[in-house]
Amino acid sequence: MAFATKLVNREAILDQCTPIMQEKHRPQYERLLAMLRPPVRQVIFGEGPRQKAIGGKYVLYRHEFTYTNPTVIAVDVTDEMSDQELTSRVETVEEFTYRYIGQDLRLDALAIRSLSEEPKTFQKVVKNIVSKTDLPIVLCSISPEVIEAGLAAASMNRPLVYAANTSNWKDMAELSIIYRTPLVASAPQDMDELRSLVRTLVEYGVQDIVLDPGTFSTDGLARTVNRFSMIRLAACRQDDSLFGYPIMATPMVVWANRDELPEILKWQEACLTAILITRYADLVVVHGLDGWSLLPNLILRQNLYTDPRKPVAVEPGIRTLGKAGTSSPLLMTTNFALTYYTVAADIESFGLDCHLMVVDSEGLSVESAVAGRKLTAEKVADALRQTGVGEKIDHRKLVIPGRAARLSGEIEELSGWKVLVGPLDSSGLQKFIHEKWAAVQ
Amino acid sequence: MDERQDDLTEILAKIPSNLIDLLSRYREIELHDVELELDELELILPSMIAPTIKTAKPSERPLELIKETFKPQPIRYVAAITEVRLGATRSEGGSRDRVLIIGGETSPLLQDPQASMKNPPVISLDVFDTKIPLAKPVKAHFAEVLEDPVAWSRLAVEKFGSEMVNVHLTSIDPLVKDTKPAEAAKTVEDILQEVKVPVSVGGCGDPQKDLEVFERIAEMAKGERLLFNSVTLDMNIERIARAIKENEHAVIAFTPMDMNKARELNRKLFGLLPRDQIVIDTTTAALGYGLDYAFTTMERTRLAGLMGDQELAQPMASGTTNAWAAREAWMKMPPEWGPTELRGPIWEAITALTLLLAGVDYFMMMHPAAVRTLKDTIQNLRSIKEYEPAIVDWVKVRPVWG
Ligand code: B12
Ligand code: SF4
Repeated sequence: MAFATKLVNREAILDQCTPIMQEKHRPQYERLLAMLRPPVRQVIFGEGPRQKAIGGKYVLYRHEFTYTNPTVIAVDVTDEMSDQELTSRVETVEEFTYRYIGQDLRLDALAIRSLSEEPKTFQKVVKNIVSKTDLPIVLCSISPEVIEAGLAAASMNRPLVYAANTSNWKDMAELSIIYRTPLVASAPQDMDELRSLVRTLVEYGVQDIVLDPGTFSTDGLARTVNRFSMIRLAACRQDDSLFGYPIMATPMVVWANRDELPEILKWQEACLTAILITRYADLVVVHGLDGWSLLPNLILRQNLYTDPRKPVAVEPGIRTLGKAGTSSPLLMTTNFALTYYTVAADIESFGLDCHLMVVDSEGLSVESAVAGRKLTAEKVADALRQTGVGEKIDHRKLVIPGRAARLSGEIEELSGWKVLVGPLDSSGLQKFIHEKWAAVQ
Repeated sequence: MDERQDDLTEILAKIPSNLIDLLSRYREIELHDVELELDELELILPSMIAPTIKTAKPSERPLELIKETFKPQPIRYVAAITEVRLGATRSEGGSRDRVLIIGGETSPLLQDPQASMKNPPVISLDVFDTKIPLAKPVKAHFAEVLEDPVAWSRLAVEKFGSEMVNVHLTSIDPLVKDTKPAEAAKTVEDILQEVKVPVSVGGCGDPQKDLEVFERIAEMAKGERLLFNSVTLDMNIERIARAIKENEHAVIAFTPMDMNKARELNRKLFGLLPRDQIVIDTTTAALGYGLDYAFTTMERTRLAGLMGDQELAQPMASGTTNAWAAREAWMKMPPEWGPTELRGPIWEAITALTLLLAGVDYFMMMHPAAVRTLKDTIQNLRSIKEYEPAIVDWVKVRPVWG
């Protein structure tokens, strides 16, 4: 039963259940597998440790169940870029990392676009790329000859092929079957056509399909969001198996605008990306590579793909950080997860040895908690008493966040401890400990 | 100063576009000394279950496209979100030159294009009655008016096209300046004189002080249909509701990211106040700083309202300015992360766009470029065009800028 719960909660997979894996239970296994299969199929591309799975969604809304397989962010390169330019873009994608509450946020894939429409040229660039990186790739051209040339150079990489449309579908389907690659079905603006394509590809024997309903900004934005929503709704609520595939978005269309400056286009691309990450895109292709335009979407993706069942707050109490001993500083913060992780990460990165007292502020940040009377001098004094932190240290000094400065006098009165008001932001802690704390020792 | 900065400053200076204008009000981009940790990413792929699909025998493969159709079947919802009027014209007993209506939705945004966004969401710029710490890129736009809420209000409306103003009486906080109710009321009165758009009045968060101040202002501005921000569970709800009702205003019922608390507060209010005077705020946290909770609470609240949960079928407000709480919005970071003059406003813009999709009807915002982006997006999302825009082959795009 416990295992069954885990299965339903996606904390275990059916293949881990030994009894049912016996041959005699094969029918039950198949039935359970079908029951557990998500309404949006999962499609995998790439090979090796950086392989990516997209789709595999169980629900329309995040609160119904955790969204699986965070949206893959692919960056474009073209077959007209110089080797130098390719190298530089690949390196940027490879190295792009942002440390965020204990995780590294990164970019996931490359979309190689054929501008030349020359099979040889495309092949050369694909070869070049796969020799440089093991990032998953998307091969982009509507010419089957060009795609085939690309596939020949990347046959071991399980690339995603973009795209089959109503004119080239047969050739693309053949290639997809021969090379065992997933295939995008593309029918911008025409949902009948998109379903027809999927149906035909399925009948043809293509197993892994990704949907491209077309991405439009400005005057096409409403329809784009509507189509993405309707596809996901049909899959999750109306058992539409033809729309039960991952959706691909191409916010880089904004770069077709030749009248705007690059900062504006990056801005628009980032906004369009955010809208479509929120509304069901499983894969996005972007062109802009600036930190400021990519970072918000990396974080948005992380946020939306977290488990909505986990609480906002962390456990109150005492944390011992680094090699804190009896004379190490005692700092205080609130139990809002973000406040706690931010402060703890700062302390860790500065290599400070200290005790951190996490006060129950009902999951509020420092300033909101002070303003909302959820962090009061009484609570701090109580925490000092109840945690017994006084037994761990031989001094009676407490460093409070700068944003809780107004509580300092009252804390001193109620607890008898000396209060030192720390910096407003925990990024100033290193300096503070080295200067102010050292001075009172 | 390195080359990148010069470049950017130069580009920003030359750009005629309105948006870039709003972004470009800064002189220097500071570099940062913090090192980023470039740890290796540990990739954990979810286990995959191989689907059982039969591959068609070559002989059975289709030769022609098999025609399928798609009939959109948007979910039909039973209820509509209450409409709330903000501001009152002279004939209605106020002195505003326009009235704004929020709410009225009968479907989640763009699931059913015919049914969504009956009334466009309203964007309101924040104005503070006392100098408060603001992020540099925001300050750049309001530097001259930071200590003058009246001038600030005018700037918000005239220069940045704010549809409402959102005055925060931060100074009334007993722990800040403890401004007296009469003085706070005077500030609001002056603002009502100066601008003719509907006005929202925010307190300091102290339940007792806010109540006193709100009562005073409600009476002073009887009939103006101000939007009071906010009533909370720890206030004397009867008194505040009476002040709102007797003086014909509206109020934001604010609860900390908890649908049950939102229901509880509304239950209490419904007995005291007509529903069309209540907006709910289930709390906004910044992108990266709890936006997931804010988004999901709002999305659930909206769906519940549409599905007939009367206690949640009210228009929603968002303190989108909270986006600036994220370090990534205001903090100097190494140059590869760009200047806060871009990072900050896009942080606010993306926080807003995400919450727009969750169903927010009333946005309280700060940076003009973020406001502009949200405004344009609302415009675009509201008008499903008769025509289909030309298809752009993104595979063949040759960006001018390389
Ligand atoms: C998000 C937010 C909220 C959210 C809180 C979500 C949550 N879980 O915390 C909600 C919407 C619930 C909220 C509510 C309120 N809020 Co509020 N809120 C904010 C906002 C936008 C960001 C706060 C935040 O998340 N910061 C991020 C976290 C990580 O920061 P932090 O906890 O402070 O931690 C940092 C520092 O304090 C420091 N630090 C932390 N620990 C330690 C420890 C040591 C030793 C040191 C040295 C440093 C340190 O480093 C950390 C990292 O930078 C701020 C505005 C702003 N721009 O800051 C207003 C703000 C804090 N809120 C404010 C107010 C008034 C309120 C309310 C009273 C409003 C109301 N009318 O009801 C309520 C109170 C809550 C209640 N009723 O119980 C005011 C406070 C004004 C004041 N100075 O008194 C602010 C400043 C907004 C404003 N400008 O008016 N709020
Ligand atoms: S699959 Fe059957 S044997 Fe395995 S856990 Fe579920 S109920 Fe038990």
